Parts: sequence; C-alpha cells; structure tokens
Amino acid sequence: MSFLTYLINGLSLGSIYAIIALGYTMVYGIAKMLNFAHGDFIMVGCYIIFSVSGAMSGNSAVGIIVAIILCTLLGVTTEFVAYRPLRGASSPLAVLITAIGVSYLLENIALLIYGADIKSFSSVVKWEGLSLAGGQLQIQGVTIVTIVISVVILIALQLFINRTKQGQAMLAASEDKGAAALMGINVNRTIALTFAIGSALAAIAGALLCSAYPSLSPYTGAMPGIKAFVAAVLGGIGSIPGAMIGGLVLGIVEILSKTYISSQLSDAIVFGILVVVLLVRPTGILGKKVQEKV
Amino acid sequence: MNKQTKNNLITYGIVIAFYIIFEILILTGHLSSHMKGLLVPMTYYAVIAVALNLCVGILGELSIGHCGFMCIGAFASAFFSKVTEESLPTAPRFILAFIIGIAFAALFGFLIGIPVLRLKGDYLAIVTLAFGEIIKNVINAFYIGIDSNGLHFSMKSSMELGMEKDGNIIVNGAMGITGTPHNSSFTIGIIVLLIALFVVQNLIASRDGRAIMAIRDNYIAAEACGVNVTSYKMMAFTISAAIAGAAGVLFSHNITTLTASSQYFGYNASIMILVYVVLGGIGNIRGSVIAACILYLLPELLRGFSTYRMLIYSIVLIVMMIINWSPKVIEWRKRTFGRFSFKKAGAKEAV
Repeated sequence: MSFLTYLINGLSLGSIYAIIALGYTMVYGIAKMLNFAHGDFIMVGCYIIFSVSGAMSGNSAVGIIVAIILCTLLGVTTEFVAYRPLRGASSPLAVLITAIGVSYLLENIALLIYGADIKSFSSVVKWEGLSLAGGQLQIQGVTIVTIVISVVILIALQLFINRTKQGQAMLAASEDKGAAALMGINVNRTIALTFAIGSALAAIAGALLCSAYPSLSPYTGAMPGIKAFVAAVLGGIGSIPGAMIGGLVLGIVEILSKTYISSQLSDAIVFGILVVVLLVRPTGILGKKVQEKV
Repeated sequence: MNKQTKNNLITYGIVIAFYIIFEILILTGHLSSHMKGLLVPMTYYAVIAVALNLCVGILGELSIGHCGFMCIGAFASAFFSKVTEESLPTAPRFILAFIIGIAFAALFGFLIGIPVLRLKGDYLAIVTLAFGEIIKNVINAFYIGIDSNGLHFSMKSSMELGMEKDGNIIVNGAMGITGTPHNSSFTIGIIVLLIALFVVQNLIASRDGRAIMAIRDNYIAAEACGVNVTSYKMMAFTISAAIAGAAGVLFSHNITTLTASSQYFGYNASIMILVYVVLGGIGNIRGSVIAACILYLLPELLRGFSTYRMLIYSIVLIVMMIINWSPKVIEWRKRTFGRFSFKKAGAKEAV
C-alpha cells in the first residue's frame, strides 16, 4: 500500500514537471532556444497568487486567474524585449545568455520585493482528498487535482495544435520558419503566442507546485525548471506527448528513489536516467531523428 | 614573429602586467583585505573560463557542467593534501596535489566525454549539466575516513565507516573536507593561469587545434578530409576538463571548508562561467580572461549597493547581449559608425 502511495505522489510530482515541460518543449520546438527563465515564470506566478490571495483574504481562485494573465503578459513581454531582437543572431548562445540574464533579473526583483525568507504558501486546493481501502491509502486532494489538470492540459494542447489554424501555424513555424512565412504565417506572432501559452502553463504549474510543496522563495522555480527541461529532453524535445511521458517518468523516479534508495542521491539518479536514455535514443523517447544533410 | 605568436605574447603580457599592478597595490597597502581575498578566486575563475572557452569556443560544444570537473579536481587534491599534510613538505605536496587534481579531472573528462560527445547541440548541453549535478550529488554522499587499518569508505553516514579510535574522517558527506591547507596564493594562481593559457593557445595554434576548429566549423567536411572527429573531440574535452581540475585545486586550497554545494559547483556556477566566456567573446581566449576578471570583480565592487547589485548585473547582461549580438543592432551600428571605418577597410584592401 505504501508503494502505491509513493507511486501516486510520484505521478503527481511528475504531472507538475509535465506541465512545466510542455511549456519548455513548445518554446524550444518553435524558437529553438533554451528558455532558462521558464522556471522563474513559475516563481513569479506563485508570488502573484501569494500576494493576491493574501489581499483577497485567502480567495485563491482570483489569485490563479490574475497569475495566469500576468504570467502570460510577462512571457510575451520577455519574448518581445529580450529574445526577439536576438532572433537570427550568429550564435545560438547569445539568446541563451540573455535568458539567463532574464532569469537573474526575475529572481532579483522577487528578492527585492519579497525578501529572501521562505514564505509559506497556502494550498489553492481546499479539498481534503480521498481515503481508500479503509484508510490505508490516503490520497491528498492536491495530488488528484494535479493529475487531472495535467491530463486536461495535455488533451487541450493536442487538440489545439492538431485541430486549429493557429496550432498548425505553430507546427509549420517550428519545422521551417522561412517556408512558414512564405505561406502567409506571421512567424513573430506565432512565437509570441507560444510564449504566452508556455507562460500561462508555468503559472498553473506554479500554483500546483506550491500547493504540494508549500514553501516559496525567489529560487523556488529554478530546480523544477531544470528538472522539467530534463523531462522535456527525456521525452524528446518538441514533442508534446513526449514532455508528458518524460515528466511522469522523472517524477516517479524522483519520489521512488528518494523513498527507497537515498534522498541525497535522488537527483543524481534522475539525471543518470536522462544520460542513459539519451545514450540509447539520442533524441529522447519520442523525439524524431533528423538526418543531417550535407 | 607571426601574428599568432604576437597575439599570444600580448595575452601573457596582459596577465603579467595585471599581476604586477596588483602586487604593487598590495605592497603599497592600497588594497583592502576584502579585495585581497578576491584575488585568488579571480585567478581560478579566469582559469576555468579559459578551460570552458576551449570547450565552447574552440571545440564548439556547449558545456554547462564544467564546474563538475572543477569539483573533482578540488576534492581529489584536497583529499590528497589532507592525507599527506604531515608526511610531506609543502612545496612537493602542493605540486603533487596539482598533478592528482588535474589527473582525476582529466580522467573523468575522458570517461564522461565518451557518452557525452556522441550527442549534439542542446542534447549535449543538457547531458553535461546532468553530469555536473551527478558529480555534485555523489560527492555529497561520500564518506571517507582514515585510521591505522587504512582507508574506510561509505556512502551512508560517517558512523558506517567503522573506524578505530584513532580514525580521522576526511570526507564527511555534505560537510565536505575541512581544514585543507591554504596553499593557494595570488602568485600561484597567476602561474597556473599562465600555464593554462600557454597550453590552450599552443593547442589552438597547432595542427591538432586546426583539426579541432575544423570539426567545430563543419564536422562532416572535416571528417571527409580525414580528420578523426571522435579522437580530436575527446582530446579537446579532456584537456578542457583537466584545466578545470587545476582551477579546482586552486579553489580547494584557498577555502577552509570545501563542500560540494550548488553555490560553487552547481549548474548556476557553470552558467556563470559560461557568461564570462560568452561576454569575453566565444573562441577568444584573452577575452575570457579579461571578462572573468571584470565580471567577477563587478558584483563584488558593487557591494555598496548590495540590494541592487545583482539587479544591475542582470540588466547589464541582457543589454550587453542585445547590443553585441542582435542582427538589427549590428546593422544599425554599421550604418551609423560605418562611415568612420570605411576608409580603413578600403586602405586594407589596397595593401
């Protein structure tokens, strides 16, 4: 029974990673850049929920909506101000370093406003959860909500990308920007839309992450951000079901190795799995192998 | 004297001039003790920036786990120094510590290079990050002690070592190694930096260096010309790891408590060094040294505005990147300042 509990906790953490990884993988797929600041969007979302809920005497629904809107604006603004000028730069490292700069900037703004002390975050999910098998299997409400939300987001994104014009435009732009532009797709606007979706997902992930692990500091988002990126790479970067699978694998491995092997080595095991998977499949679990032409 | 030799000599000259200026400042008492404490870190950050530039700029593979190699060098040499502190005199012990730190870092660079260099681009970058984190986490779980029966080793806790009463715990898990002798000095740091520069600059100028840069520019073409892509990649990566190990030796012999913490060896630290390399100019070794020194000192000198210093730093970073790299800004710069440099360009063509 305890194994089942850990497995469900792993699924829940994995779902959070998956939601972040979806944002990562979409942005990478279309803009071909590692958005190191993505993890910090999570942190910004958490602080917005924290402030708004505090001001509205604990009403977190409004907080979540405000956080999603503001994070979306933040994502689009960052893209416009910091990343768009560097599109087409001669080295791909330029935009990577800029993303690191944005990450430092967001962390330090949060540090100035809220200070370095850890804030305790009250869960946005008020439901107590389920008690199954005569109380032997306790599942927290936030765990179930997290898993359900991640599945809903996955399905919604799949439908959006495969069934709508904007989604098809995203696919086209990620394949070949030049050709997409010739077909009448506004590439800049499509990329901005991708950033908007990714950042909104980051806000949702932030709400769920801080509900499950209720400590909030300016560096809250950094490690989950990196883990989510690992999840995206594990699943095959650019692939939406891949991000989901990668996230779930990572979450389950992390919780199980923390419980059964060593809490100190759990990160090493998580990263070890990434190394092993990439050695067997160099483009991730669901990644497409691209043949290089001369 | 050809252009390359001249260029290399300028780099050594800058480092030596820099050293002399700071030594004069120290002798005349113009340097606060806070500033003096920054000199050794500055040299090892310059050394690791040179190492990373060899990997990123010359080999063309993005590594965001280089602090992992620094960590290995630091721990291997600190371990050696602790064990032999009583039995060996300082000078040969410190030299041996360097050799051991560098050898271990090179060994791990080689072992990690085998899987890593099979990957490409961002996949390679994320795997180097993964290895950096793995190294840090594994070292955090190490417990090594020594007593009359020899070495004891555990991955669980210091109690598990099962040592005699005279036992001495050397590596104490997350508490790291305490009490490594402080042998690093500014002079030694500068010497190591000069050696690192000598190795890297000569490598670049050599036949091997040209092969490595050919791989960077177009590996398919290089392979078609008979360059052994794998072995040259391994060579550059191993040398880069070895130099990072040397930086680690300087690091560990400058600090009282050596721990494998994220502050020094995490991916954030590796990224900070990547920032030095990119702002100094990718592939420009001299630029890395200068950028590492300036960028290391900048946040420390801004301590006056301590709350805003990292904010200023991050904004400067973003603005610098956009000014330096944005295609539109470059075009604008050419249009605005192009008039002035036009004559020069014409003159060169005439010659």
